[in-house]
Amino acid sequence: MTGVASLTIERVRAGLAARQFSAVELAQAALEFAQVENPKTNAYLHFCPERALAAAERVDQKLAAGADPGPLGGVPIAVKDVIVTQGVRTTCGSRLLDKYIPPYNATAVRRLEEAGAVILGKTNCDEFAMGSSNENSAFGPVRNPAALDRVPGGSSGGSAAAVAQGTAVAALGSDTGGSVRQPASFCGVVGVTPTYGRVSRYGLVAFASSLDHIGPFGRTVRDAALMLETMAGRDECDATSASAPVPRYTAQLDGKVAGLKIGVPREYFEGLASETGDLVHAGLDVLKRLGCQVRDISLPATKYAVPCYYVIATAEASSNLARYDGVRYTSRANAETLSGMYRVTRGEGFGAECKRRIMLGTYVLSHGYYDAYYLKAQKVRALIAEDFRKAFTEVDAIAAPVSPSPAFKIGEKVNDPLEMYLSDIYTITGDLAGIPCMSVPCGKTREGLPVGMQILTRHFDESGMFRLADAFEKAGGFAGPN
Amino acid sequence: MADLANLNLTEEEIAHLVKDLDEILTHMDALNEIDTSGVEPMAQVLYASEETATLRRDEIIPPIGNHAALANAPLAGNGYYKVPKVIER
Repeated sequence: MTGVASLTIERVRAGLAARQFSAVELAQAALEFAQVENPKTNAYLHFCPERALAAAERVDQKLAAGADPGPLGGVPIAVKDVIVTQGVRTTCGSRLLDKYIPPYNATAVRRLEEAGAVILGKTNCDEFAMGSSNENSAFGPVRNPAALDRVPGGSSGGSAAAVAQGTAVAALGSDTGGSVRQPASFCGVVGVTPTYGRVSRYGLVAFASSLDHIGPFGRTVRDAALMLETMAGRDECDATSASAPVPRYTAQLDGKVAGLKIGVPREYFEGLASETGDLVHAGLDVLKRLGCQVRDISLPATKYAVPCYYVIATAEASSNLARYDGVRYTSRANAETLSGMYRVTRGEGFGAECKRRIMLGTYVLSHGYYDAYYLKAQKVRALIAEDFRKAFTEVDAIAAPVSPSPAFKIGEKVNDPLEMYLSDIYTITGDLAGIPCMSVPCGKTREGLPVGMQILTRHFDESGMFRLADAFEKAGGFAGPN
Repeated sequence: MADLANLNLTEEEIAHLVKDLDEILTHMDALNEIDTSGVEPMAQVLYASEETATLRRDEIIPPIGNHAALANAPLAGNGYYKVPKVIER
């Protein structure tokens, strides 16, 4: 079959219903296409054809019996390799977990598969999701399908690249400081970070627990919304998952956005690359044409977001990564003593960025510095969240850039970690506040590099976010597969 | 600091880290510019919503079992993880 690269969930559903192809035929074609195309980008780390074909077989059996194959029946998807899949290697982009085979499925994975999704394989990412360029993977960087000499963004670079390249219809990523939205923006696809707690993190390998989210990628807003509504909702295996009811987001893409008040935070336009600024401004004009009232707002604590985030995220990371000590998780270096084994295993196993964050996190949590860094950062976090709370008393949604610049060249920032951290400024605020936020394509630079626009709404108002993004996507002519 | 983190580092890595951490920590000092007196530290995301039932029913769920739990161990034996000798007899 042809046209695998431009499928949407809607088209898979229609194709299966019309018997144009079977789920097994689609899975085979998608696997073959992905395996042939993958060397261009290195988006996938490994494939799981047996699991994919078994899932597709179940969908075909349901269809043959006249039963509903589920909202994602037969849809080929990719899963970031920090989300565990029972019996399928899950490396977290780390040499330390090179051989790790999880004994269980993440809740998000289980729910998507129960809804008929066909997982083709696991996608590349920065080691333990730490990075903004996907250059921190132990298994080599991912190349951006839009420009192969450029990064796809990170840390969910493989998932974003797979969806952009057409080697998956949709994908799962994780977002702690922008790791779904920034690669979505760089690769020209839709990427969503839901409200904190909306999607269970059971089976998401922990990076910074007070900030970690699982979120979907899609080629259209509708596809991303469908992925999210399928996996969201309370899970007894994750005490932080929210019990708030999950609306059918896809039923609310009605285009009714006229009259909505959209805030544009002026702090997010300082230090933007000029073309990015032009494209986002053109995007704001699209919102105006849709009848939205676009107005200037201020989120004054924004300038403290980067230091605030990197204190909290590294503190939590240094604690979460303590478990990789050579005792339980596959890799162990030989040493005479127990503490020697810990040290050498970790020294040999972790890459440079993980070490940097472990050291920073250990420092900001250490005796004598805790109040100055960690406690202070938690207070600043409260001010950042308060900025949003106040803003949402005056506006229905916020529109902003995702990243200060489009995708940069591979290697360009690799020796300047601070510069890399600073590029996260517009995405980390949403994670710190725990509000829903997403990147939706907003056009391309003259060089053809995609740029995303960010939409943020109140806690649990994913419906409002998707409604606005869907209307924007359709009105802007940015919709769907290329 | 590397001792606290149980992290073996080479001389070269230490040299890089000293430079990087200096730069990053200097940037983090910007946090001192902002007045946070009277602000409660935010340890987790809070939102106005109905109470989340954080306690589930006390039901026994079959565990994954000893074999599966140890399957990823670098070294296991007799149902336990094995580590280098800690106590000398």
